[in-house]
Amino acid sequence: MKIAVVDYGAGNLKSVSKALCYIGEDVCVTSQKDQIRNCGAVVLPGVGAFPDAVRSLKRAELFDFLKEEADNKPFLGICLGMQLLFETGLEFETCEGLGLIPGTVEKLSFSAGLKIPHMGWNSLEYQNKCPLTEGLSGGEYVYFVHSYGAKTAPENIVAVSDYGQPITAAVCRGHVFGTQFHPEKSGETGLKMLKNFCDYGRHAG
Amino acid sequence: MDISSDGRVVKGVNFVDLIDAGDPVEAAKEYNRMGADEIVFLDIAATHEGRKNIVDVIERTAEEAFIPVTVGGGLRSVEDIRTVLNAGADKVSLNSAAVRDKSLIGAAADKFGSQCVVVAIDTKRIDGAFHVVVNGGRIDTGLDALTWALEAERLGAGEILLTSMDADGTKNGFDIEITKIISEAVHIPVIASGGCGKLEDFSEVFQKTEASAALVASLFHFGILTVPQVKEYLRAEKIPVREENSLLI
Repeated sequence: MKIAVVDYGAGNLKSVSKALCYIGEDVCVTSQKDQIRNCGAVVLPGVGAFPDAVRSLKRAELFDFLKEEADNKPFLGICLGMQLLFETGLEFETCEGLGLIPGTVEKLSFSAGLKIPHMGWNSLEYQNKCPLTEGLSGGEYVYFVHSYGAKTAPENIVAVSDYGQPITAAVCRGHVFGTQFHPEKSGETGLKMLKNFCDYGRHAG
Repeated sequence: MDISSDGRVVKGVNFVDLIDAGDPVEAAKEYNRMGADEIVFLDIAATHEGRKNIVDVIERTAEEAFIPVTVGGGLRSVEDIRTVLNAGADKVSLNSAAVRDKSLIGAAADKFGSQCVVVAIDTKRIDGAFHVVVNGGRIDTGLDALTWALEAERLGAGEILLTSMDADGTKNGFDIEITKIISEAVHIPVIASGGCGKLEDFSEVFQKTEASAALVASLFHFGILTVPQVKEYLRAEKIPVREENSLLI
């Protein structure tokens, strides 16, 4: 099974594709619709601001296309890529997301003594069973860099991290997955989750 | 890891006597395996040739090490920064260039986000005050280290990498005084660097200052201490550290 890593100019594109290659996956980094269509699963990376990313996806004519792709194959959004899965982003301006998971993306609220962006290693607490966390037992550390976080119904939340407030760390709805943290920078735990996503894709296919 | 112009790891004792400590990519892989939380590459020669070598080192590291990588040394423009970020670095560390041209901090933060802009401050006690020094400690800028740290934060720095030139290479422990002053004053993470020689030095810097992380070079390069050893010690001292569950895949 080929994994499409969507190329729309996101900063962590290379790290994500290298991590997938490292775990032995057949990776196709592309912005071409026919190539994405030929892949068994899609990974949407992302670093930067929500409205910029939406504009880039629209400019590349990928915005509506990705919504259709997510209907019929496993889809993983990473960091800003996860935030884009939701209905609405509130970064700088109100902006429509892909709407694959109900919810909004809002600025993290300040809590005493904690810094924004939430940056660095933090541990996970699992909320709902999900193929992404197969073989993991909770408490694993993963690497975060973000100032905005997703607000969604509890049933969509796979994992949270405690940062003075519960941070939505990983989400899942059907075959659409998202991680707020960077699995490609989260050592063995992150690689394991990428592997789990790909295994799920093979199984689903 | 300090990287020479030919792309090898070096570590200067007080930034003068350089000893070859091996291949940086191999070292990065090993540190990733052992549970290091981040890797910092500093291109100490910062020559044209050196830049090409460090880009190669970053690219090769990004293929095999999956933890955050910071790169510094000779980055003078947004273009320089873009080059190393595109090669696979997650953050850049700005030192002398930021002192010379303060607008670089803001320009980099606007373009790539504060989260990837580390301002490295080398400091030295001069006439009872902590001054910012540049060019490997050879030039005293006359700037007060705390004033500069606060300004760097205001300009958009996401982290401060604080190296005490007095402590560096001595193995007598981190410079607690300046680390405490700066880490308590700023609202961004401070990484303590310079002087670490034994396990107790790690707990001291975390217990007595607000430093978020400690940077270590030769102690690890020469195997005097290992990353797991330090983490095990800190855990016993009730200082939270990331646990790496190895061999999952």
